[in-house]
Amino acid sequence: MSVNVNVNVKAASALIMTFLLAACSASGPPYALANVTGLVAPLEFHLTDQNGQPVTAADYRHDIVLLYFGYTHCPDQCPTTLAMLGNALQALGPQASQVRVLFVSVDPRRDTVAVLKRYVGNFGPQFVGLRGDQTELTTLSKRYRISYHYEAPDKYGDYEVDHSTAVFVFGRHGRARLLGQSDNTEKQYTSDLRRLLANS
Amino acid sequence: MLAAGAWYHSKMSPVVTDLHYLLPWQFYPTVFLACVIAVALYVRGLAALRRSGTPVGFGRAFTFFLGIALNYAVLQTYVDFLAQHMFWIHRLQHLILHHVGPVLIVLAAPETVLRAGTPAPILRGLRRVPSWIGRPVRLFFRILQHPLIAPTLFVGLIFFWLTPAIHFTAMLDERRYLLMNWSMLIDGILFWWLMLAPRQVQGSAAIGYGTRIIILVAVAVPQMILGAYIALRSTPLYSIYAVCGRAWDISPLTDQQLGGLLTWIPAAMMSVIGVLVVLHHMMHDPEATAPHRPLPPPAEPAGSA
Repeated sequence: MSVNVNVNVKAASALIMTFLLAACSASGPPYALANVTGLVAPLEFHLTDQNGQPVTAADYRHDIVLLYFGYTHCPDQCPTTLAMLGNALQALGPQASQVRVLFVSVDPRRDTVAVLKRYVGNFGPQFVGLRGDQTELTTLSKRYRISYHYEAPDKYGDYEVDHSTAVFVFGRHGRARLLGQSDNTEKQYTSDLRRLLANS
Repeated sequence: MLAAGAWYHSKMSPVVTDLHYLLPWQFYPTVFLACVIAVALYVRGLAALRRSGTPVGFGRAFTFFLGIALNYAVLQTYVDFLAQHMFWIHRLQHLILHHVGPVLIVLAAPETVLRAGTPAPILRGLRRVPSWIGRPVRLFFRILQHPLIAPTLFVGLIFFWLTPAIHFTAMLDERRYLLMNWSMLIDGILFWWLMLAPRQVQGSAAIGYGTRIIILVAVAVPQMILGAYIALRSTPLYSIYAVCGRAWDISPLTDQQLGGLLTWIPAAMMSVIGVLVVLHHMMHDPEATAPHRPLPPPAEPAGSA
């Protein structure tokens, strides 16, 4: 079930919008991902990257940023999503160098700098692994209104982490633009990112 | 010694860590201030009325504080986090904000206490509000409290915030989330005051007890239909909880079914309680029970002639 927030909320004024869109050819059809411009807080964080360097949102202000929360021991959802994003970026061609995928670990106990570096390297040069302590993670989870929690460990001490599936997409200067959900496809990401690169 | 330390740690640390469940997940200054001001005015009013020889009973004061405390708890404790990440707890939060909390506050009939607790300069200032402000404000409230508009608004707000696309944005944007919760609380107080406050208190805004019973039954029906629709659907309606992550492991459909049941059954129960309160008012209001015209003389039994 795909929810296009922008269109559904403004269903009442759909007719007017059609006229406006026809008059203003630059805005074009709606994005395939949910449009969250003005709804989600601008990009802001203080974390450590996979090289052990402290980084903030300002370091990525010239890029289109995809923000995703997960953990390297994730059996299914994280690798699937990251691989799909990797393919979407590859399809962008040389423009992909202006896009960064920030993978924030919600499992900093197991996801050390070294583990993160090895993990994000699998997906492409645009992937950045980020980690922080629980205080920093709590601040981020409040800011982006996401949740994660640790399940009980098995007899080997392994545990799974339940977490959000959202991919927050920010335009340049950290302005929140789109929200990817689990049913969005590689093609949709590519075409939406291409438009964002052209417009922002 | 070590064992004692371990015992202390295992026994005491949960207590210490549990305290953070009472702290706000997100601090909302408007909610905090409103609760502090309401409690401060009420406590001042209790003291003033006691001094003047007309103390307020324990039950009434307790009901008021319980109403405020419940509203505070669902907005300014860990419950707020759970309500953002679990649909059924969100429904529980709204059951408190829109139904239970306001009903308790209105049943406590806090008007006299709050007036007695309001500092005299503020009361004087309120009396001196120029009519070009006072009149439109009164008109606005009279429109909101119209016997057709009030129930439409009451039910309409529930449907509005539960429209999937709108619900999606309300859970994503803190400002909309706060607007949603404030709109439910304010509308709850307005609606239940109109339904449950005695006619003498309501003055010119009062509507008849019979009309109130019709309204209370009428608002229960769409809430039951909506609750049943949500509970009985076989696909998830609100994707935002999967997108942002649930508070604990629960299947999306179980979450939705519990949320639907909470929209369906307690809401209808609240209307039943409302009708009982109105019936109680009717029995104790001499005007409401007095016959409007003399009763007709008893008819002659048919076969007596």
